[in-house]
Amino acid sequence: MNPEFYLAIAIMGGLGLLFAAALAVADRKLRVEENPLIAQVSEVMPGANCGACGYAGCYDFAVQVVEGNAKCNGCPVGGQETADEVASLLGQESSSSARLVARILCRGGNKEAKQKEIPYAGPQSCSVQAIVSGGSKMCEYGCLGGGDCVEACRFNALFMGENGLPVVIEEFCTGCGLCAAACPRNIIEIHPTDREVFVFCRSHDGPKEASSFCSVACIGCGICARKSGGSITMVNNLPVIDQEKLDPAVIPFDKCRTGAIGYLPGRAPAATEPEEATVES
Amino acid sequence: MDLLLIFISAAIVNNFVLAYFLGICPFIGVSGKLSSAYSMGMATTFVLTIASMVTWIIYYFLLQPFHLEFLQTVAFILVIASLVQFVEMFIKKVSQPLYRALGIYLPLITTNCAIMGLALFNITREYTFYQGIVFAVGAGGGFTLALVLMAGIREELELADVPKPMRGVPVTLLVAGILALAFSGFAGMI
Repeated sequence: MNPEFYLAIAIMGGLGLLFAAALAVADRKLRVEENPLIAQVSEVMPGANCGACGYAGCYDFAVQVVEGNAKCNGCPVGGQETADEVASLLGQESSSSARLVARILCRGGNKEAKQKEIPYAGPQSCSVQAIVSGGSKMCEYGCLGGGDCVEACRFNALFMGENGLPVVIEEFCTGCGLCAAACPRNIIEIHPTDREVFVFCRSHDGPKEASSFCSVACIGCGICARKSGGSITMVNNLPVIDQEKLDPAVIPFDKCRTGAIGYLPGRAPAATEPEEATVES
Repeated sequence: MDLLLIFISAAIVNNFVLAYFLGICPFIGVSGKLSSAYSMGMATTFVLTIASMVTWIIYYFLLQPFHLEFLQTVAFILVIASLVQFVEMFIKKVSQPLYRALGIYLPLITTNCAIMGLALFNITREYTFYQGIVFAVGAGGGFTLALVLMAGIREELELADVPKPMRGVPVTLLVAGILALAFSGFAGMI
């Protein structure tokens, strides 16, 4: 047989062996002592190196988690499963309460909101309505009712209620934010499930317009902000809640004439209501 | 003069990305942000230069004397893969900040066809050792230039009202095509 054949095998094999030996030596000599936790954490990562966590790859994320700069549930691809594994490796409680869901911040359905004299009759898509005439409602800030969010949801977690407003099914919602991106009026926000108090109105109108356009609008009176102790600020006729500082006990929910600020349906603490009543009387 | 010509040819006239269409994967993948595009370009330039030197030595001192030129592709793949591994370990030991800055990009370069293309060009064009190094630095510079240009354009595109089906990669490919057309204007220079 051709001697070149053996020579080729010898040279390629030799090169391979040489590089393998060099890398093995380099691995011993150049090894950097690091926290063994980092290797364990990066083991349970999905390994996609997609960068969706905001760090340069899975390994970098593992380093940041171990050093305490990133949260256990910071990997959106791995989801709850990975978060649990990482948390158990680090000996922490996995914070399942930090699950995100979409919240609809408009209560002005077809009954509450005043309709225009001439109703909108074009395609029933929110994005079209927003461009053409702003839909059938007088309010320029509220839900258009076209169901773009329902269409955008890939998890069937949204449906249009009888009143022409979308409803979120919390069990199905993954908090991905597709609906929030689809809404031309920005009435959908993504929040952790443990947040209970919201301003269910986006209207920047003054008191006169707001109250004439919609029976559940925020009229911008600012009473919630004055009593909040700094956790609520009025911006452009609309209260903005700082959820970190918020203490629901000091907010006078019953003073809000239209009920624009309040608890999520079914989340209001029953015990506190009589207490507040006694304080007032 | 010869070296300068090689440099300009590799960097601009025969730009690796926009004229030879080598290294399109990082060109599309890592051109989202200006800062990461720049570090990717720097890392690639670094690996290109070292790979050019090592593959040249392997070819002229090992393969050619034994008349095994047909092994060049396999041998170069082996060399480049090991080299990147070694460089990664070395940088990790010597400079942690640099290692973090390069991050995921360093191992990605292993499979970057621009490196392989450069090693093969070195041989077919019969460059000397020093010409090879200049060629590698020029190619790396051209790669960085293309990446940074693209990243700058894409950062502006974020603000533009791009039609929905065109968002992301499709519009990036279109822009890449227009960039390549623009660069073809340099074709007559050398």
